[in-house]
Amino acid sequence: MKINAEKCVACGNCTYVCPMGAIYIDQKIHRATINRDECVECYACFNGLSQEHLNPTFVRAVRKVFQTFRLRFDPEPDVCPTAAFEPDELAWPRIVRRAFSDPRVPHESTGVHGRGTEEVKTNDVSGRVKVGEVGFTIEFGRPGVGARFRDIQKMCTALAQRGVAFEKKNPVTSLMSDVATGAIREDILDEKVLSAIVEIKVSIDRAEEIIRLVWDVEKQIDTVVALGVGVRCDEDGEENVVAPILEKLGYKLERAKTNIGLGRITNPAAPQPAQETVSVK
Amino acid sequence: MTNTLHRFGPAESFRDDYVVFAMCSKGRNDQDSLPKLKRFLELALAHKPVNLGDAIHGGALRPSKDMNPSSHWHRDTAPDFEGVIQGLTGPTTVAAVFDNRVAAEDFVKAVKDADLGLSINISTSIDGAEQCCFAAGIPRHSVGYSLGFEGATEKLPGSKVMMLSTMCGHGMVSHSLAKKLVDWVREGRRTPEQAASYMTRFCSCGVFNPTRAARILEEAARGESQ
Repeated sequence: MKINAEKCVACGNCTYVCPMGAIYIDQKIHRATINRDECVECYACFNGLSQEHLNPTFVRAVRKVFQTFRLRFDPEPDVCPTAAFEPDELAWPRIVRRAFSDPRVPHESTGVHGRGTEEVKTNDVSGRVKVGEVGFTIEFGRPGVGARFRDIQKMCTALAQRGVAFEKKNPVTSLMSDVATGAIREDILDEKVLSAIVEIKVSIDRAEEIIRLVWDVEKQIDTVVALGVGVRCDEDGEENVVAPILEKLGYKLERAKTNIGLGRITNPAAPQPAQETVSVK
Repeated sequence: MTNTLHRFGPAESFRDDYVVFAMCSKGRNDQDSLPKLKRFLELALAHKPVNLGDAIHGGALRPSKDMNPSSHWHRDTAPDFEGVIQGLTGPTTVAAVFDNRVAAEDFVKAVKDADLGLSINISTSIDGAEQCCFAAGIPRHSVGYSLGFEGATEKLPGSKVMMLSTMCGHGMVSHSLAKKLVDWVREGRRTPEQAASYMTRFCSCGVFNPTRAARILEEAARGESQ
């Protein structure tokens, strides 16, 4: 992303809307400026701000008059008055930032808009997480911190050392140079993204081991981690297997997304899943 | 995509936050899914959602690319639900957001009766989703727990700002904007509803809950910590 200096009037609205705090008013040039190393190309500024197309000279003059008389100008806070943001032509490896940060851009490896896959949200038709299994989503950088692939790689290599298999259709997996070791392509390790999700699946008896491993790696990385744990319910819709493990580890379970099982396979050519016994009590 | 899973707050804080979303699975039930996704959103209208959205085009309140300067005094904050439905162009995730459990329960019942064949998920407190399933007579199929945020949590802001910014799970609502709007409501420069509408426009898939946001803004402006 770039800011057209001819248009920018340094109103400062954009400095608040950047999720990474990467936009600031450069006092030397009196224009909004982007810290390109911190910018994750999420396009929140370009897509989220409403745009007016006012004359920049006129707006600067008005602002100057108000400033001179110490009058508070109180415009709408979600507007760029001169439409000063202009998308860049992104090249590799910087384009990776946008793929993981702008939710409107589908990732080529998944076709899914966003940073992960369908995971348990379509479990009723995909059968991805089966009885006796736990699907983990390990998300880095959200909310509002961001993550570099060098940190994400630390988690991936630690998981790989435990023999964990990564979800094949996941965007992070697609950027690994060696899936067996969890190594990520060298040329993107310093790229920063708004968030990225590593997805794995293990048997339930390994759930505690994985969480303790995540705790260990979290101490070595400079970002926040959000853990999601997906699991199949029994035929009564109950889940009394994984929740006790999580509670034993000290988690207070407050929120979840619940797949209510109304989906079915309707594409004529799609293979039907094997009938699954769901008695896990 | 975990864009509604990791909303910050205790279970009780989701009493006015029920996100019900529908999606198809690539290669399994995505063919001819467009009319079903539209039907899902149309069914939601009868239950008075506070937001509707699709993951490609956005929610019921969107930024303008050609805003009239007079909008500063007469900003339209009415959600355009029909626009969301008519703007749907292909398979994606669609969501309906409700601010009370009864509406969510009734909507889930309607979706069950419509038998769309899409995967339907409820994102709210664990108890809230269970109650919706119970009311509709549906056993839960799968559940995805949020274990919250860990690691370098010293980089995160206070709880009220977190509760606001995490309502856009894609991270399009910045902590700075949420904090600024808390301050503006505290100063009386904007109403909680106006402040909530600004944040709603940044959410790119329409799952932001403006009712919950207005409540949180009001609480934060009064200095309530939780």
